[in-house]
Amino acid sequence: MPPSRPIAAGLFDIVDGIAHLRASRCDACAHLQFPACDTCPYCGSATSTPTLVGPGGTLRLFTAVRARPPGYRGPLPFGFGVVELDGAGLQVITRLTEPDPDRLHVGQHVRLVLEPLCTDDDGTTVVTYAFTPEASP
Amino acid sequence: MRPVYVRGVGLHPFGRFADRTLTGLGVEAVRAALTDADVGRGGFQAAFCGTVYGGVATGHKVLTRLGLSGVPTVNVEAGCASGGAALSLAAAQVASGQHDTVLVLGVEKMPRGMIRSSFFDPWREEAGLAATPAYFALRAQRLMLESDVSARDLAAVSVKNHLHGVENPYAMYRKALSLDDVLASPIVCPPLRLLMLCAPNEGAAAVVVSAVPHAAAPIRIAAAVLRSHLAGSVLGEHTPLAGLAGDAVPTPTELAARAAWDESALGPDDIDLAEVQDTDAAREILSVEELGLCPRHAGGRWVRDAGGTMGSRLPVNASGGLLSKGEPLGASALGQVVELTWQLRGAAGARQVAGARVGLAHTVGRGANACVTILQR
Repeated sequence: MPPSRPIAAGLFDIVDGIAHLRASRCDACAHLQFPACDTCPYCGSATSTPTLVGPGGTLRLFTAVRARPPGYRGPLPFGFGVVELDGAGLQVITRLTEPDPDRLHVGQHVRLVLEPLCTDDDGTTVVTYAFTPEASP
Repeated sequence: MRPVYVRGVGLHPFGRFADRTLTGLGVEAVRAALTDADVGRGGFQAAFCGTVYGGVATGHKVLTRLGLSGVPTVNVEAGCASGGAALSLAAAQVASGQHDTVLVLGVEKMPRGMIRSSFFDPWREEAGLAATPAYFALRAQRLMLESDVSARDLAAVSVKNHLHGVENPYAMYRKALSLDDVLASPIVCPPLRLLMLCAPNEGAAAVVVSAVPHAAAPIRIAAAVLRSHLAGSVLGEHTPLAGLAGDAVPTPTELAARAAWDESALGPDDIDLAEVQDTDAAREILSVEELGLCPRHAGGRWVRDAGGTMGSRLPVNASGGLLSKGEPLGASALGQVVELTWQLRGAAGARQVAGARVGLAHTVGRGANACVTILQR
């Protein structure tokens, strides 16, 4: 297998084969924040507890990006949206594996996946997070 | 606190000027504003310059070129609200009596294409999580889901502002568009099409703020407010990666509007015309709703009832807005103030809003920052 690396440290983890996002829960006001941070943006408290969230969620909003944004290293087009994580009270901005808006709908159940985005000059695969539609029940 | 007046204004057209430097754009706007104010060398005691992409000492370079350096000069970055932020600082200095007259300028030469911002960590750009029009598109989709705003309503906003822009010699696009033109333009990020988005460009604006009014037309700054964001809104202009489900967090625009109504003792019913952020067509509807110029979730009906058009109760973006003028970030908010000043003086030519006495200007963007300025004749 070629080597791979996360696009940035501290964003996601795989636990028992399942992808999760690494959030933090404020010890004072209990708000969740992603990416995890030391100081709560809601109350300013400096103590928080690392908390994994995901992988399931509901698609709230979606669009697609067709032209290459400055600095972007992945394939085009790509899906972009807002997902509300199951039971967490948290919404995240995310890539969507499905770039075709006709194949997405608001309220659709989606699942966190880790996907290859691009390859570094030395051949290392860069991995990022995205949400993918789950098969309709 | 004493009253603060717009003593003079100057504008460099918004557009693309390959043969002119950023400093050159600023020089033209400042020279025009000082002439309009009848203020010469030694006539102002401080200067604030709004710019985002201008780089080090942008305002100093303009004043150096004019032989007007020597006063305290501060460059102000507050995203799309940079010019409004600069104006609020100047107005506070005059109101407090610290200075009698302060020069405010805003200048910008934007890179072409999708706006790139050093705001984002590199990995967010690499991952595609920093694409400005995609954020605009999600806000537009949310607006359409939460109310009855249609793609046709979005197109109608763009048609209106481009029609207004035909009469503005300072605008970049001075061509009327049809609904079909807009709805047939290429999709950028659904639901937004190319002609529903403004173009980043170049321009400059300057305003002389003073305890002394303009000799012919006293126009008072009734409010000059800047606010930033509160945590929690996933689609907030601070572009976080997460927010609360069931977002009910007040927006920077709502916070700034509230403060501006308090500061001016005026309300939405008092406003005769407004220049609001219309970086995309949905943004204008959101702006109008968040400012309280139409009820929340009634923006679709507002558009269909010809809200904001010339001849309506409250013309919005009589200048053509950013959709027709283009958006030079540091200059756009002051460009609105210049437009309102001309309107309140009755000097806006073919785009004059008859009898206008009170005008409101609004921008919101990166930071997040929102500014609301109210001028009163």
